[in-house]
Amino acid sequence: MLKLKGATVRFGGRAVLDEVGLDVAEHEIVCVLGPSGSGKSTLLRAVAGLQHLDDGRIFLDGRDLDGVPAHKRGVGLMFQDHQLFPQRDVAGNVAFGLRMHGESKQRQALRVEELLTLVGLPGAQGRAVASLSGGEQQRVALARALAPRPRLLMLDEPLGQLDRSLRERLVVELRELFAELGTTVLAVTHDQGEAFALADRVVVMRDGRIAQTGTPLEVWQRLADAFVARFLGFENVTGATVSGEAADTPWGKLPVPSDTTQGEVTLLVRPAGVRLVPAGEGLRCTVAARTFRGTHVAVRLQPEGAPRLEAACALRDAPETGDEVGVAFDAAEIVVLAGVAGL
Amino acid sequence: MDLARTEVAPPARPRSPHRGSVARLGLMAVPVAFFGVFFAYPVVAITVRGLKVDGVWRFGRIGDVLAQPDIRHVLWFTTWQALASTALTLLIALPGAYVFARFEFRGKQILRAVVTVPFVLPTVVVGTAFLALLGRGGLLDELWGVRLDTTVWAILLAHVFFNYAVVVRTVGGLWAQLDPRQEEAARMLGASRFTAWRTVTLPALGPAVAAAALMVFLFTFTSFGVVQILGGPTFSTLEVEIYRQTSEIFDLSTAAVLTLVQFAAVGAILAVHARTVRRRETALRLVDAGATARRPRGAGQWALLAGVLGSIAVLLVLPLAVLVERSLDAPGFGYYKALTRNEGSLFLVPPIEAVGNSLRYAFAATAIALLIGGLAAAALTRRDAGRLGRLVRGFDALLMLPLGVSAVTVGFGFLIALDEPPLDLRSTWILVPLAQALVGVPFVVRTMLPVLRAVDGRLREAAAVLGASPWRVWREVDLPMVRRALLIAAGFAFAVSLGEFGATVFIARPDNPTLPVAVARLLGRAGELNYGQAMALSTILMLVCAVSLLVLERLRTGLRSDRTGEF
Repeated sequence: MLKLKGATVRFGGRAVLDEVGLDVAEHEIVCVLGPSGSGKSTLLRAVAGLQHLDDGRIFLDGRDLDGVPAHKRGVGLMFQDHQLFPQRDVAGNVAFGLRMHGESKQRQALRVEELLTLVGLPGAQGRAVASLSGGEQQRVALARALAPRPRLLMLDEPLGQLDRSLRERLVVELRELFAELGTTVLAVTHDQGEAFALADRVVVMRDGRIAQTGTPLEVWQRLADAFVARFLGFENVTGATVSGEAADTPWGKLPVPSDTTQGEVTLLVRPAGVRLVPAGEGLRCTVAARTFRGTHVAVRLQPEGAPRLEAACALRDAPETGDEVGVAFDAAEIVVLAGVAGL
Repeated sequence: MDLARTEVAPPARPRSPHRGSVARLGLMAVPVAFFGVFFAYPVVAITVRGLKVDGVWRFGRIGDVLAQPDIRHVLWFTTWQALASTALTLLIALPGAYVFARFEFRGKQILRAVVTVPFVLPTVVVGTAFLALLGRGGLLDELWGVRLDTTVWAILLAHVFFNYAVVVRTVGGLWAQLDPRQEEAARMLGASRFTAWRTVTLPALGPAVAAAALMVFLFTFTSFGVVQILGGPTFSTLEVEIYRQTSEIFDLSTAAVLTLVQFAAVGAILAVHARTVRRRETALRLVDAGATARRPRGAGQWALLAGVLGSIAVLLVLPLAVLVERSLDAPGFGYYKALTRNEGSLFLVPPIEAVGNSLRYAFAATAIALLIGGLAAAALTRRDAGRLGRLVRGFDALLMLPLGVSAVTVGFGFLIALDEPPLDLRSTWILVPLAQALVGVPFVVRTMLPVLRAVDGRLREAAAVLGASPWRVWREVDLPMVRRALLIAAGFAFAVSLGEFGATVFIARPDNPTLPVAVARLLGRAGELNYGQAMALSTILMLVCAVSLLVLERLRTGLRSDRTGEF
């Protein structure tokens, strides 16, 4: 439905969007995930027609969007900080797109009512935008973007400014809502939790290029490279030399699955694969820090003369900061990544 | 983000023309045509007439005129008195801008109008009022035997009197909408109250202060009536000299040379200004002006408020009070009654009819200025890079030129250039509003542009994505936000045309004089009755201005309560 071919945007000679190719199918929810500066917002702006492409093409329903101004593209965009019109009330904001499309007053009112009910703010028509809480503003912005029934709805950091619990609740609501409406969605976020919870398909971006794409499960299980691994929060990434079923790493010889590529590779040891054993066995480490993560404790370990390691362990097993422990590795949680280590 | 983007060259792709640019050029076409026909053409016409004698260019005249010691003295005096006046005005009026922006006190609305009244008074009247205050037999002379009319101080103080409102309106208007929390954020980071102001508020105010200072400098550089009255034989500005050469000595070629000099000087000033102000109007965090003002707290703030009120009383109210007092100096409102009679050969109509003329002209001039200035501001709002950006900035500076070009030259140019088909406007009433609108447009642009540029660009994008065409975006997003600035601009344009004198004096028809023209004619005549009538007519003009400004203030406060058009 949406198709990008070699989409390129340069700011002062630097490619912010570098030959990006992307397909979004009808009714699909695609989430672009990347750190700030990776070009994900520019991607949305290019599709919306707010950013001119230096090269490449964008097609919507097979139609080339080149030269079509933003207001004639029929796509919706929900801005990062909502950008509600401060001088209009809630109804005025939601009805804005309908007015632009020449809907009658009566139909506008009906649609506004319908949408406000849909986003959980029934009867909020007359409220001033300034009186809304962050979550309510987000709902109004969503209703406003949905009102003209855009062929494609784009969300720029949709939940970025909200507090965590609200975010977690809204992301579920959004997914249910989009499924119910059959909306095609292209969202961008820097929050992996948000992306994995919302998307049918995740696209990880880095420096204007697509680093990896796949379902949340695929991305999570088969990390494309060291960048994606680190961006998704994995710390234990290192260069290694594999021979047979052992890899030579700064942390010593690690067991790897038997079908592992031989030679110079980049290895990821998932935190679950770092097992704590009594001091004196395995790799000797000092506990540098521990962070309570709700379901488990993340323990940062400092081996002698090697990079730090992160381990996940149950609360009752977690050692104290400063303790001496030993570390053993679990071959099943060791993954070979593409790309170069240290990035 | 916006700033970063302006650095980028526009993507050159022949297949997709830059629609925004085309639209912008379209918007610029109307103001450009207006300035071409009603400004450039008359000014060029009169300059050519002065420099081309019997079909031969006499450029040698330029050197001859500039070599004269008295002309050099005029140039020197014009420059340094303008600098001194600007500095003095900023010094006295910036605290006033702060007080009006941040403090809430009783009578603020009325005081705001009071402060603006001097700006719209005819220069001749202000000169006379200061003469009555500082001159021989004036108030200071009576009280302490102090006379300032032979010193430059009279001129400087009269210039402050005039331009106080420029600073308060331009700077204070923006100041009132700056989010005080920005300063609070700086204070939480360890900045002292003054440091927070200097590092956060001052840079945000920078463009507005620069704009105000530029206006004050231009007004005082081209000052006419005030210097005419208070300067005596000692002090003369370029504009006074141009008037003298044009209408007293009939030396058109010297006048043409001086016009060119003034034009060049103003052009240079505007170029420097364009360089300094460029890119300084960043997106500001604007909030409801009503929410930022509060009652003064502590002795320091009350002292500041008292100081500002005191300076307003002495510098602005006192001269006006003297003016009113003089107008009432005849028993039973004698001077006022005399205005309704058509006596002698001075006027073809009773002087009181000038009130109606002035109002009619001012309404027309305001409408023209808003249309032209509004289109120009809309075209200038979004700055693109590259050649077009430079073109737009050039246009920006061009719009300011009417403020710097001698009004006398413009008026005289209208007479000799617009008197034959296809542009035979000499006998139509629209000539006067057109000339007055020329001076009003820069005010409209200067007032609206900072606010327009401060509107968050993403609001416009949000509207565009929802299906609003560029024109709808302007109407739906920009217009509601600048409605307040638009009203201020309208007030300025209205006031400017009510008080315009230099050009109007040439083109207003004898049977349709405006108030300032009538006042000047009365002042030009000897006799106590004429002087008194001039004072009375000036008082009426002052009241007309005060009433229109109060209506404007009410309109503004009315807007605030219905919440639209406000942040």
